[in-house]
Amino acid sequence: MRNFEKFLRSRFAAALIAVLVGFAISAIVLAAAGYNPIGSFGALFNGAFGKPKYIANVFIKATPILLTGVSVAFAFKTGLFNIGAEGQYILGSTLATIVGVKLALPMPLQVPLVLAAGILGGAALGAFVGWLKAKFGIHEVITSIMCNWISFYLCNFIVMSDAFHKPNSTSALQVNGSSYTMILGNWKKSEAGKEFLSNIHWLREILLKTDLNYGFIIAIVVAIAASLVLNRTKLGYELRAVGFNRDAARFSGISVERNIILSMLIAGGISGLAGALTITGISPHTITLLAAMESYGFNGMSVAFIAGCAPIGCIPSAILFSSLIYGGMSVQQVMGAPSDIISIMIGTIVFFTALPGVTGMIADAIAKKRKAKEALKEAVKEA
Amino acid sequence: MEASPEYAVQMHGILKTFGAFTALDHVDLDVKKQTVHAILGENGAGKTTLMNILYGLYQADEGDIFMGGEKVNITSPTDAIKHGIGMVHQHFMLVENFTVTENIILGDEVCGAAGVLDMGRARKEVMELVDEYGFDVDPDAKIEDITVGMQQRVEILKALYRGAEVLILDEPTAVLTPQEIDKLIEIMHDLIAKGKTIIIITHKLREIMQSADECSIIRRGVYMGTVNVKESNETELASKMVGRNVNLTVEKTPAHPGETVLSIRDLTVKDDRGIEQVRGLNLDIRAGEIVGIAGIDGNGQQELVDAITNIVKAESGSIKINGQEIVNTTPRTTFLNKIATIPSDRHRWGLVLPFAVSENSVLERHTEDTFGEGIKLDYNKMHDYTTKLIEEFDIRPSGCEDERMSGLSGGNQQKAIIARMVTSSPNLLIAFQPTRGLDVGAIEFVHKTLIAERDRGAAILLISFELDEVMDVSDTIAVIYHGQIAGTFAQGTVDENQLGLLMAGGEAK
Amino acid sequence: MFGNLILLIGITLMYSTPLVFGALGGVISERSGVTNIGIEGMMVIGAVAAATASYFTGNPWIGFLAAGVCGALVALLHAVASVSFAADQTISGVAINMLAPGLALFACRRFFDGAAMSPIAPKLPKILGESGLARTPFANLNVNVTTVIALLFTIIMWFVLYKTKWGLRVRAVGEHPAAADTLGIDVYKVRYICVLLSGMLAGFGGASMTIAIIAQFTQTAISGHGFIAMAAVIFGKWTPFGAYGACLLFGFTQALVIMLGGGDFVVPSQILSMLPYVMTIIVLILFVGRSVAPKADGVPYVKGSR
Repeated sequence: MRNFEKFLRSRFAAALIAVLVGFAISAIVLAAAGYNPIGSFGALFNGAFGKPKYIANVFIKATPILLTGVSVAFAFKTGLFNIGAEGQYILGSTLATIVGVKLALPMPLQVPLVLAAGILGGAALGAFVGWLKAKFGIHEVITSIMCNWISFYLCNFIVMSDAFHKPNSTSALQVNGSSYTMILGNWKKSEAGKEFLSNIHWLREILLKTDLNYGFIIAIVVAIAASLVLNRTKLGYELRAVGFNRDAARFSGISVERNIILSMLIAGGISGLAGALTITGISPHTITLLAAMESYGFNGMSVAFIAGCAPIGCIPSAILFSSLIYGGMSVQQVMGAPSDIISIMIGTIVFFTALPGVTGMIADAIAKKRKAKEALKEAVKEA
Repeated sequence: MEASPEYAVQMHGILKTFGAFTALDHVDLDVKKQTVHAILGENGAGKTTLMNILYGLYQADEGDIFMGGEKVNITSPTDAIKHGIGMVHQHFMLVENFTVTENIILGDEVCGAAGVLDMGRARKEVMELVDEYGFDVDPDAKIEDITVGMQQRVEILKALYRGAEVLILDEPTAVLTPQEIDKLIEIMHDLIAKGKTIIIITHKLREIMQSADECSIIRRGVYMGTVNVKESNETELASKMVGRNVNLTVEKTPAHPGETVLSIRDLTVKDDRGIEQVRGLNLDIRAGEIVGIAGIDGNGQQELVDAITNIVKAESGSIKINGQEIVNTTPRTTFLNKIATIPSDRHRWGLVLPFAVSENSVLERHTEDTFGEGIKLDYNKMHDYTTKLIEEFDIRPSGCEDERMSGLSGGNQQKAIIARMVTSSPNLLIAFQPTRGLDVGAIEFVHKTLIAERDRGAAILLISFELDEVMDVSDTIAVIYHGQIAGTFAQGTVDENQLGLLMAGGEAK
Repeated sequence: MFGNLILLIGITLMYSTPLVFGALGGVISERSGVTNIGIEGMMVIGAVAAATASYFTGNPWIGFLAAGVCGALVALLHAVASVSFAADQTISGVAINMLAPGLALFACRRFFDGAAMSPIAPKLPKILGESGLARTPFANLNVNVTTVIALLFTIIMWFVLYKTKWGLRVRAVGEHPAAADTLGIDVYKVRYICVLLSGMLAGFGGASMTIAIIAQFTQTAISGHGFIAMAAVIFGKWTPFGAYGACLLFGFTQALVIMLGGGDFVVPSQILSMLPYVMTIIVLILFVGRSVAPKADGVPYVKGSR
């Protein structure tokens, strides 16, 4: 019983319960709307893990939200709310496209440059928001949202501009081929590759039918690096001190303004990288005209919150959300239920992670009961 | 004791627990009608908790409350108000940007039809009360613009407006000058004459002797008995409160001051509202000397410390430490010039509560190579360093290096700050309200440390709103009023009445 | 020229209306001490509820009321989290902003055969009827009835906040909840009511977009309006009239976007579309330092702790 109490107080229990509640609420909504929840969840699971290529796609789709998740988590650990990951992602992908289209260097030069452009775009936007907060004290949430929309229209402007627009389409020009980061990208299309793969069905499916790329590996490295910076360096120490108690940090000689800007710069850079990796790793390898927000940044927030804003924790959490989002598309195909049920589920999950007290309260109630029981036992013994 | 009509309030067998902690262990309290009844106890003894139960802010786990011999059930402040109980909290419950009248009528408004406020009538009712009790309060003034003494009177008016017969005053003198304290005691006796009953919570013995008829003592949540104040004395009360004989005086040898360490000239500092709080202040402190600043909160103390520590920019003037100008540099420069500060609000300025004790112990020093080379921060080295501090300064619980700072008691948090500040062997140690909220044991420790630092040769700037503390610990006493030093005295050459007059802006006799 | 000026005023009033509702919601919630970042989400819910109810009942007024009710229901979530559970109000608001668009689209697809936008729904009337002033130069001043309702609500909120006992209590709870508590005012109740009202107003804001300005729900009907409204709250110093004025300014930039976009102006439409958002940031830079929030804004009240 005591172990159970301890478990209830853990971060993991809070996450688990939030996920369970998310499923439960979605089930209720589905049932109320006249769809079969069990069938829908079945379709969800099947859509995410039913075939090797589905699984590969889960990882591919996990890449951007893992990075935006780490971006949000990193900022949150330093006391900042990076709701602007969305805009940083968009700006990152836009700048990566611009550089990728204009430059045609050999791959070892081209890929780092394209990625650097994306990082730079996101970092600049993040730093701008951080500067507004540090210098003028404007809440980063409002300015971030404004920057999201500004990036949104900037992206559309680039797509439609004479220099980048691809005629008769809603996209910009594709980036140069040397910018691609697909795994075995050239080999799998060569004769030797095709022949080799024709014998191994699952591998052929993964490699040829998906955009399997190096992005996820890079994202994991970034998550680990973010964790190390936060927890094992002087910079991370200062960032966290500022996040927890700005006044005490300032009092002890740490520059609050510098650290706020730096934190948002790093967080923005990570989101910008997410955008750039989408351009280099996933077809159509360019930006397209946006009709609505793509939600990579917002999903990153879900990833971060459910992970308790621990960068490493974002890895499993990104895979979870990616499978929900990717598998969720089958819900509509198979059951006819709107795939937006996944947004409801994710929103619910985040909402319940905002109630950190819930599992703790259950633990308190159990502890109280146990104590009452023990007291009763002792009273009986004494009698 | 039986419930009886001659008692205004009786609380019997009150038990209150917070989780595993027993705040009140079957406490009794019997307050006779038309008396001033003091409740004495150390910080954290449970006095305020007991009164919060009487006022309905907390519910007791066990126990009964009687008023005039009748059992009453109080589960909310509304019930308490209905039963004629009023409470003046230590931290005033006043809305700062409301007027006096608005604060008084809040929750019991004077309204016309459909809940529309009738401010004219409200103002008249308040004026009638002000006149009846002879309080000097402007009903149209905003709270943020009136003095602390007046704010306290507004709090008392709030209770009287609701027809309070029993008034609870929680640490009412903590923020007042000696003259304002005299005025308050006068008001209290006047209220008694008008038929009211007063319960006063305090840990100050002298005021009990001056104002109270009876005194109940609580030690760590346990009721220690009630004494008739006239038949008792300060020493007896003190030992009952603490549970051992306490030495009420601070022991120290005469100071041997050396060279001037801190020299402040014509310093002017504005607060965040743009109002000048420090107005051309001059101050010198020599090595091996404790200079104590006496004054009422809000006379520029905060801004003075903020300017020396470079938390805010000064408008003009100079701050020199050993001849080095540091005005309008950075907090980092302050630290590098060997100035250490024990801040007044340790949770806000002194500690990062969610950080581990070891992480807190290297604030300011985390950049040194001792704690990891280059960008790396070496947690093992931090841990070992903290272990030394914990042993040297007796920070409890021992072995708390990796515990969160928020888990430590107030006294141990303060020790952690002092350990951090003292180990840097500062040339100037600023102690701003260093004993706020601490119990007697911890207060003794703080005072001893300040004197030991002085004897090591540091210059000490002690700023406190507790006049006793300034008078007991300082070698030189300076009074701050309206952002200027209004007078400087060697210890023992001035009494509290003279200081009190200066603190209130008068001339010393 | 004169015609253009009237048009500019008309469009300004039209586009400021949803913002005014949202901002009033922000004012009432923050005045009671609860930060409500979820205004955007509540507006989205109001938008879909209004269009749907108006479409099916044929009565836009029912749509308007439905928007208020649905907005308040979503706000109830925020109230439970931030008042009862003392949760992080920013996270709770953000969660609502994630939940709401999903819920709105889900409902939309459910009711309209999988479509991400509703059919054209009956609109609320204009103040002078459909053809009022039609043949005069003042035709564009025949604004939506919601514009008048928004102004009316602004006046009512000002009166309630500053002239009645309820207003006094709301302001006290937002400044110093413990003081209000010790005088027998139920802090939780006041905050619940204010957050629910805030959701209702935001819902009206959504409705004034989808059944007054345009006549259907679309995915982008509400795109950042809630956040611009929050900026208006700050700019307007947390007062109803201040917020109203700020919304007029933002409505004006929106009107500029439309007027300039329509003409043979050289600036591309995508760049013009950024104007309201850029304007918001500029306004915040200029005004945020001078505007003081209610003292207890965003701080959960836990009984017994001070």
